[in-house]
Formats: sequence, structure tokens, C-alpha cells
Amino acid sequence: MKACVIVFPASNCDRDMKVALEASIGSPVDMVWHRDTQLAKYDLVAIPGGFSYGDYLRCGAMAARSPIMAEIKKHAERGGHVLGVCNGFQVLCEAGLLPGVLMRNAHLKFICKDVQLKVERADTAFTGGYKAGQTVTYPVAHHDGNYFADAETLKRIEGEGQVAFRYVDNPNGSLGDIAGVYNAGGTVLGLMPHPERLVDPLLGGIDGKPLFDHLVKTLAA
Amino acid sequence: MKVKVHVTLKNGVLDPQGKAIENTLGSLGFKGVNNVRQGKFIELTLSETDADKARAQVDEMCKKLLANTVIENYHIDIEG
Repeated sequence: MKACVIVFPASNCDRDMKVALEASIGSPVDMVWHRDTQLAKYDLVAIPGGFSYGDYLRCGAMAARSPIMAEIKKHAERGGHVLGVCNGFQVLCEAGLLPGVLMRNAHLKFICKDVQLKVERADTAFTGGYKAGQTVTYPVAHHDGNYFADAETLKRIEGEGQVAFRYVDNPNGSLGDIAGVYNAGGTVLGLMPHPERLVDPLLGGIDGKPLFDHLVKTLAA
Repeated sequence: MKVKVHVTLKNGVLDPQGKAIENTLGSLGFKGVNNVRQGKFIELTLSETDADKARAQVDEMCKKLLANTVIENYHIDIEG
């Protein structure tokens, strides 16, 4: 299993993502700079949290047009797996790899706390380590996590099982309490909460660990 | 050639920042202020001298970067 973490200027969860992945994979994970124009063959590309390009224009807007994104799109089109967390989710929406957009939180506040999430389905490489309907705790830390899509898109993603996680107690105004979505094939996942921040008892919990463990188990097979 | 672009939220898209501005204007004593919507104003100087070509170019820029058409509309003014 080979994975990489993409690094943009002002990414700040890139090392956390690398550490979480390496703990599950057991071998080193590459860091790939956003200006690179070649992407080696990876099973998983992870886009980390942070404030890429200082959130200029719109969160994730600049990063979504970085040179490396053309390669990530090709990787996704080949059926390669992509995980985007927090700013990574915003980047994937801006790049058109996931439907919808993340807007300013409804109450305008930056939210930094643990939240409870409902796992919608357990038949993807990302969530096979959980049970459908199970509640897990992940931390959130964002100012722009308010998920929005037009009525038609929302109906489509709800109908086709593209909702990955829902907030038990909606902290940011997201439509349908949506905290994370899949692409149509279930191979690209974006979510606002941070599974990589709860993968070790020393960090206060391990609810995020099954996501990484199951990804590795599935993609290494 | 100078071009001005206004990017605004589509109707029906919640604008919490506009709402906060509206509330603050109210608390400052400005009465009868409704439907405050916050947008972006972007000014560009292009080397292109043909107005139609400039408009086409900026339209492409809006679609590719300046606006997120899931939630935003844009309006282009060519200043000449």
C-alpha cells in the first residue's frame, strides 16, 4: 500500500495525516509538494487540513487550481482513492471532484471541539471498519464547514448514498447535517471532521483509527 | 483595459455574514435595512484592447476561478 500527503502553502495537518497513515500502513508515506506536476502511482492520495493559500478568494479555491490537482484528478478518474479532510474537503469540492461547497459556518464562529458523527454506510474502503449507523467521535476545527449544494444535487447525493457522515448535533448549519460526502463511485471522500487527530490513546481516543486501518486493509489487498 | 467583476451569492443561498452586517446596522440605529448581501469586487487590468475579447476572457476567468458557480453569480463591467 502506497500513500502520499499533498502539501500546499499553509497546510497544517499534513504531518498529522502522515503520522496517522504511517501508523496503519507500517511504512513511510510520501509528502508531495503542490507544484509538482507528476504523481507517482499511489493507492491513496490524502489532502490534509489547513488554510491553503490563506483561504484567499474562497477556502480551497487556489489549491484546487494547483499544478498537482490535474494529476490528482487523473488518479481519481482511474478509480484511485482520495481522502480530503477539512481544508482537503474544501479543495476537493472546489476542484469539482466532490459535489457541493463549504460555506462560512451559520453562526460565523470558528468551531474547535469534538463532535459526534453518524456513519452512514459501512461498505466503502473508508468506513468498512465501522458499522452502518454507528456513532463515532471526531474533532472538528473549522470556520467554513457549512455544507451547501443546490436542491437537485442534494437530492441526487442523498438518493445515491453519497453522504458519508452526518453530525448528530449540527454545529455549522450544514444542509442535511452533512459532515462528509463521497463521489459517485465511493472512492473519493471529503469530510470536515479530523479522523487523523484521534488515532492514538495518547491523543484522547482512537475513533479515527478504524478509518485508516480499513483503508490500508482494503487498498493493500 | 480595466475590467470590474462583481461576485454575489445566488438568491436563496444563506449569507450569514450579510445577516450579521444587517443586525449590526440595526443596532447602530439604521432603521429599515433589509436583505443585506455581502459579495466580492475584483478589479483587473488586461493588456487586451478589444472589449468583446476582454469580456470573453474574463467570463472564462470567472467560471474557472473568480466565482464558484454552485453558490455565486458574477457580473462583468468593461471600463475601456
